Amino acid sequence: MSNHTIPIVREQDFILIRSHIQELCAETGMNLINQTKLITAASELVRNILNYAKSGKVMMEIVSINARQGIKLTFTDEGPGIENLQAAMQDGYSTSSGMGLGLPGAKRLVSEFAIQSAPGKGTIVTLIHWKDGH
Amino acid sequence: MKMQVDDTMQRNNLVSREELQRQSEELLTALLQAIKKGNFDNVYTDDYAQVNDILSDISVMRARQGFSPRETNRFVLSLKQALCDVLEQEHAGTPEVLYKEILQVNSLLDNLSIIAFETYIKGREDVILRQSDEINEISTPVIRVWEGILALPIIGTLDSSRTQTVMENLLQEIVETGSSIAILDISGVPTVDSMVAQHLIKTVSATRLMGAECIISGIRPEIAQTIVHLGIDLSNIVTKATLASALQVAFARLNLQVRSIDRMAAPLLK
Ligand SMILES: Nc1ncnc2c1ncn2[C@@H]1O[C@H](COP(=O)(O)OP(=O)(O)O)[C@@H](O)[C@H]1O
Ligand SMILES: [Mg+2]
Repeated sequence: MSNHTIPIVREQDFILIRSHIQELCAETGMNLINQTKLITAASELVRNILNYAKSGKVMMEIVSINARQGIKLTFTDEGPGIENLQAAMQDGYSTSSGMGLGLPGAKRLVSEFAIQSAPGKGTIVTLIHWKDGH
Repeated sequence: MKMQVDDTMQRNNLVSREELQRQSEELLTALLQAIKKGNFDNVYTDDYAQVNDILSDISVMRARQGFSPRETNRFVLSLKQALCDVLEQEHAGTPEVLYKEILQVNSLLDNLSIIAFETYIKGREDVILRQSDEINEISTPVIRVWEGILALPIIGTLDSSRTQTVMENLLQEIVETGSSIAILDISGVPTVDSMVAQHLIKTVSATRLMGAECIISGIRPEIAQTIVHLGIDLSNIVTKATLASALQVAFARLNLQVRSIDRMAAPLLK
C-alpha cells in the first residue's frame, strides 16, 4: 500500500500533514469523530517534534489486518530523546511549560500507541487508529 | 547579454533595463571566472560559489517581484545561446572540439538553471509564509456585538504568536469599550490540541484579571470529545456549543432580553 512521508520543520507543516490524513480518512471512510481524534493526536506529536527535537518527519499509510482498515502514522526524530519515558507518559509531566498532556493524551485518543526513545537516540512514536475507533 | 535584456523587455515594468544589464554582467563575469578554472561539471564546488550566489540572489528577487518560473529560467538559459555563439566563432575550423565544448556548456547551464529554479521556489515559499503571517494578523477582529459584549471569532490555526495577538487585541478592546463580557468563538479553529487549549485557558484568565468574563463558544461535538480524551479540564470555563447560546448567556448576565414582538399588540412597529 502506498505511503507518504512529510518532513516536519515548522508549525505550518502541520497543515499539509492534516490534509493528507484527511485524504486517508476519506479513503478508509473513517467518521468525523475518529478523524478528529487521530488528527489531534498527530498535532500533539508534531508539536513535540518541533518543541523538543526541532525537526523530524512523519510517515502516513493505510494498514489493514483481516479486512480491518486503519491509518498508521510514524513520527520519527533525531532529537535529544526522552530521559524518563515513564514520567513523560504521565498526565501533567512536562519539561517545558506545556500541559504535559501530549503523549498520554495522544495515547488515549488512538487505538494503538507505541513509543521508542532513549537519550541521544531520538524518538519514534507509532500510532494506529482503526476505522471503527477501537 | 543583449538576449537576456531583450527577453525581458516585455517585463519592463518589473525590472529596469539598467538593473537587468547589471545582473547579466555580474553573472557573466562570475561565470567566465569559474570556467577559467577548468571545472565544467560540478557546479556545487567553490569554483562556482560566486556564480551560485549571484544566481540565487537574482532568482529570489525575481520570485518576490512576481516573475514566472519560465521568465526566471530563460534569463539563465539565454546565456547558452550567447556562449555557443562565441564557441562557434572560436572553433570554426575544428568541429570536434566545438561539439565537445558545446556539450559541456549545455550541461553546465542546465545545472545552473536547476539551481536558479530551486532558489526561485524557495523565494516563492518565503512569500507564501509571509502572506500566511499577514492573514493571521488580519483575521482576528474583535467585534462589538452589543454594549458591553465583545465577540472574537477565531478562524484558522492558533499558534503561539497568533494567540498572543488575539489576547492583546481582546484585552485592549475590553479596556477601550469597558465591556464586561467577551465571547471567544472557536468554530473556525480546525484542531484543538493541548497547546491550543492552554492558550484558551490563559486568555480566559487574563480576561478575568481585567474584571471581565469570558465565554468560549463554537465547541463542536467532536472537539468536545477530543478535549475530554486529552485530559483537559475546562470545567472552570463557561463553554457553549454555539455563538447564539453564548450571546444568550451574555444577554442574561447584562439583564437584557431578546424576544419576538407580538405585532397585534404593537401595531405601531409595523
Ligand atoms: N520528540 C521528543 N523528543 C524529546 N523529548 C520529548 C519528545 N516528545 C516529548 N518529549 C518529552 O516528554 C515530555 C512530555 O511530553 P508531552 O506529554 O507532549 O507534554 P508537553 O509537551 O506539554 O511537555 C515533554 O515535556 C518532553 O520533555
Ligand atoms: Mg507536547
